[in-house]
Amino acid sequence: MAQLQFDNSASLAEKIAADAGVTLSDCYQCGKCSAGCPMSASMDIQPRQAVRLLQLGMADELVRSRMIWLCASCHMCVDRCPNDVDLPALIENARYEAQRIKLCAVPEVGKFNDIFMENVKNFGKSQEVILEGAYNLLSGNLLQDMGSVPHMLRHGIVGPEIRTVREREHVRRMLTAAEKEDEGC
Amino acid sequence: MLRYAYYPGCSMDTTGVTYRMSIEYLARKIGLELMEIPDWNCCGASSAHAKGKWQALALPARNLAIAEKRLPGLDICVPCAACYARLLAATAAIRESDETRARIEEITGVTVKAGAEILTLMDVLGTDEGFAACAAAVERKLTGLKVACYYGCLTSRPRAITGVQNIESPELMEKIVSLSGVECVDWDFKTECCGGSHQVDAPAAARPLVERIFRNAKANGAQAIVTACPMCHLNLDMREEEINRKMGTAYDIPVYQFTQLLAVAMGASAKEVGLQKHFYPAFKRLDRTLRKAGTLQ
Ligand code: SF4
Ligand code: SF4
Repeated sequence: MAQLQFDNSASLAEKIAADAGVTLSDCYQCGKCSAGCPMSASMDIQPRQAVRLLQLGMADELVRSRMIWLCASCHMCVDRCPNDVDLPALIENARYEAQRIKLCAVPEVGKFNDIFMENVKNFGKSQEVILEGAYNLLSGNLLQDMGSVPHMLRHGIVGPEIRTVREREHVRRMLTAAEKEDEGC
Repeated sequence: MLRYAYYPGCSMDTTGVTYRMSIEYLARKIGLELMEIPDWNCCGASSAHAKGKWQALALPARNLAIAEKRLPGLDICVPCAACYARLLAATAAIRESDETRARIEEITGVTVKAGAEILTLMDVLGTDEGFAACAAAVERKLTGLKVACYYGCLTSRPRAITGVQNIESPELMEKIVSLSGVECVDWDFKTECCGGSHQVDAPAAARPLVERIFRNAKANGAQAIVTACPMCHLNLDMREEEINRKMGTAYDIPVYQFTQLLAVAMGASAKEVGLQKHFYPAFKRLDRTLRKAGTLQ
């Protein structure tokens, strides 16, 4: 995939900030967000750096990063930020931009979300059995968590039955409409 | 009157089954009426808002709309922290802007006002009436058991939406669970993140989050961890033995839902709150506590 041009990147940074309702100059780079982030050890870009990239108009680096997918949306950063910079909202909107160009730097996370939503669209409720099974198949991590399955079956924690919403057509219709709306954003 | 609209959420029938069993027991004991929202759908959890803003708003909005229509005037009790966060976020968005509300109504095809308050089960049991009812129903005490109350992220953050003042060290779970006679230790990881669904889709990055929760609980003298969310519970309970095996640790900390401890103090048997269903053995610690306290019937 071609690298985004710097011009696009700068206006993309503005768009991400505007969609997130964040004034980028509010951040004075103190690093409190990075210090408290539980996922920081695995991130390629630290939360403080994520804001810095946007301040510098380098949105493409953020959109391509693993950090936006590893963020657990725990909201520790924003609640500790002395300036109320809504980092989770910036990250969320960076994910939307990534999806727009069909990019996800941590594919397993993208797949999990896809399967989860596919499930909800089909049944109205999430099916943990299908979710885990389908996820294993798609991600190639076939044996992940398989050791727990006998325990779950023995104790009736998961079973073969599918739980559905009666009006599941309604859920499907509204999710289809919501997807269209999200694409247009 | 202890009467609420009730949104159980998808986990409640599967991985959250012990939470459900203990909630049902406790509700019967204290006369708490939980009226399930008819034909509710998934709240979208963390996946919907990773994929799109309107998908994340539409799913909870349908549940709010049904509750308004079928259970008018009732506030909504949501025992799962993740579901609570999604219903609360949708409520805040709908109340904040008429334009957002109109767009949600267009997408979902239903009208929604979001007038009901969204409450965790801790909020409900922490009201004067709920608290008094719990206190009155306690029959035996789990005296001597030291527990660390683990809230996770979503019952308190983001503060702008939850309105929780002390996001670093909330006290509500301690207040409620102390009714069972346990002693709550002071510790540092009350509102740290368990990794949520990243325990499944990014396990290498997420596993250390669980390990350090056990480490801090242990370091502060806790003999058990208490949770108020099916996801937090699963992530801790299911990973403890694996962490011990792979990281050479020796954590011996069963993980209970706060409602399990309350129900046991109200007379529930091990089976009635599903203690045998836990991944990390959970029966012995409570059994021993009751024997030692001399309150085992
Ligand atoms: S805590 Fe807030 S002000 Fe400090 S670096 Fe992070 S976003 Fe910027
Ligand atoms: S919301 Fe994301 S970036 Fe912020 S502290 Fe949590 S994991 Fe880190």
